[in-house]
Amino acid sequence: MTTQEALALDLTLDAKPGRRPRAGRFGVGSLILPLYSALALIFLLIPIVYTIVFSFNDAVKTNVSWRGFTLNNWLRVCDAPGVCQAFGNSILIGVIATLIATVLGTMIAIALARYRFRFRAATNLLIFLPMATPEVVLGAGLAAQFLTAGVPKGIGTVILAHSMFCLSFVIVTVKARVAGLDPSLEEAGRDLYGSPAQVFLRVTFPLLLPGILAAALLSFSLSFDDFIITYFNSGSLQTFPTYIYTAATRGIPPQANVIASAVFILAIVIVVTTQVAGEKRRKRLMKQTAGV
Amino acid sequence: MAITAFTAATSAVDAPKRRSKVALFLLLPGLLYLALFFLVPLVSLVITSLQVPDPAVFGRYTTAFNIQMYGEVIAEYGTQILRSFFYALLATIFALLFSYPLAYFIGVKVRRWPILQGLMIVLVIAPFFISFLLRTLAWKSILSDDGVVVSALKGLSLLGSQDHFTGTPAAVVFGLTYNFIPFMCLPLYTTLERLDVRYLEAASDLYSRPFHTFRTVTLPLSLPGIVSGTLLTFIPAAGDYVNASSQFLGGSSSTMIGNVIQSNFLVQLNYPAAAALSIILMAIILVIVAVYVKRSGTDDLV
Repeated sequence: MTTQEALALDLTLDAKPGRRPRAGRFGVGSLILPLYSALALIFLLIPIVYTIVFSFNDAVKTNVSWRGFTLNNWLRVCDAPGVCQAFGNSILIGVIATLIATVLGTMIAIALARYRFRFRAATNLLIFLPMATPEVVLGAGLAAQFLTAGVPKGIGTVILAHSMFCLSFVIVTVKARVAGLDPSLEEAGRDLYGSPAQVFLRVTFPLLLPGILAAALLSFSLSFDDFIITYFNSGSLQTFPTYIYTAATRGIPPQANVIASAVFILAIVIVVTTQVAGEKRRKRLMKQTAGV
Repeated sequence: MAITAFTAATSAVDAPKRRSKVALFLLLPGLLYLALFFLVPLVSLVITSLQVPDPAVFGRYTTAFNIQMYGEVIAEYGTQILRSFFYALLATIFALLFSYPLAYFIGVKVRRWPILQGLMIVLVIAPFFISFLLRTLAWKSILSDDGVVVSALKGLSLLGSQDHFTGTPAAVVFGLTYNFIPFMCLPLYTTLERLDVRYLEAASDLYSRPFHTFRTVTLPLSLPGIVSGTLLTFIPAAGDYVNASSQFLGGSSSTMIGNVIQSNFLVQLNYPAAAALSIILMAIILVIVAVYVKRSGTDDLV
């Protein structure tokens, strides 16, 4: 094991051929990688910590320099004009777009994993392409289409756009789950005279649910943070990201940091609890199978 | 987060069983949706790019077959197009160099402690949960002229007293690299996490030196992760216009194709130029992706 610890980073290798002693575990090479990883993670967190810290800043006009600690921004989030409105719009768009994308995407994922049909390659391509297209092209394309069709930009066009780019991500997430499903469970359901609808509702759907929920969470977070596609199709409507973009010229109010920090903390709590719960369940299952 | 979706399915076995009318019912709504809001917009872009301006009304265009627009935008924005791909390439390389050791550590070394491993991955994807724009603005403040970093660099005489960091190409590449590191790190992690360490032990038993083992065993085995990671970084980085925008990390000398498309479409209302540029961007990316995927030998990305 230790010989490989060095390899990724410690490229200044010893010239001597032959096996490295096990004592290498305590050598410099084995310390570099953990140290590097810790520093790398700290680097990734710098702007997050900055954003959270400045949500407590007693800012007057711009929230750039530190002027002292205050809780006022958290207590009076909606005081900054437009922030809460934009946040509400983002939540509404995220929920509706996620619903559309999750329903349509789950249906496609089941079909892809379970059925044989013609044009499979073309279908796969149609699902893959939106993920491989730069957002600016997706945004400009939809905007050009709405312009040609004479559809006014607003919350509707943003929801249509968001459901589109979330759809592909839902499909790949759920498809992995369907492919990993043990078909014998459904067979057992059919053997016990379950109707196709019963088998789906009682067996397949509950087994797919974690995957569907993961896909919905992913879809919501993609929608919530999307700026580029939204900006092309929102018109005068403000979502949280477009609000920040337009406010960036005159200075972001600390209330925007409050909302971003709150969302961040909530998301981290959800992710960590599901991770820890999943790990606990896995351990329990392993114990049970070992007991049998 | 997006990436787990991208890579998790890579090796999922397709074992389709039966033909049925149900498949059609399941597929049709979603595929129609994608056709209507993904394919048709691309066609609209092509049509728009061929339009000519209506002489009577500013910002209105009539259908035509004006293919010259493509030549015009290439002549006018050639620098920005090349620059976008150059910046994206640099950001991809930096993100790969940054992420590989980290992903290796989390995926291979921390394997013995699953909870720690999970928490470290949460930290890697943590930037996904805070607004992309606020993250970039945070860097802008941190790296601003009177910020800690620039003052320190000036103190060490690494930067002249008149030098700036924000607004330079270096700042844009830095921003792109930072923002896409999680996209690089996650697919790398998913492949390295499955890496069978017995191969590495076998290599060292056969007297392979660490670097040799890395080059001939670890690296080839992690290739699928490298391919998805580089694509997931390169494609959005090439089309990004937030980092390069002058309100964020960019300046007038670092404008990218995304900024040009945005200003042509939303500010100058020059839809044909924006559409032509979008088509060019899309075409170049598709060619790059096709060649790259073919050469690296991993065909199934979905």
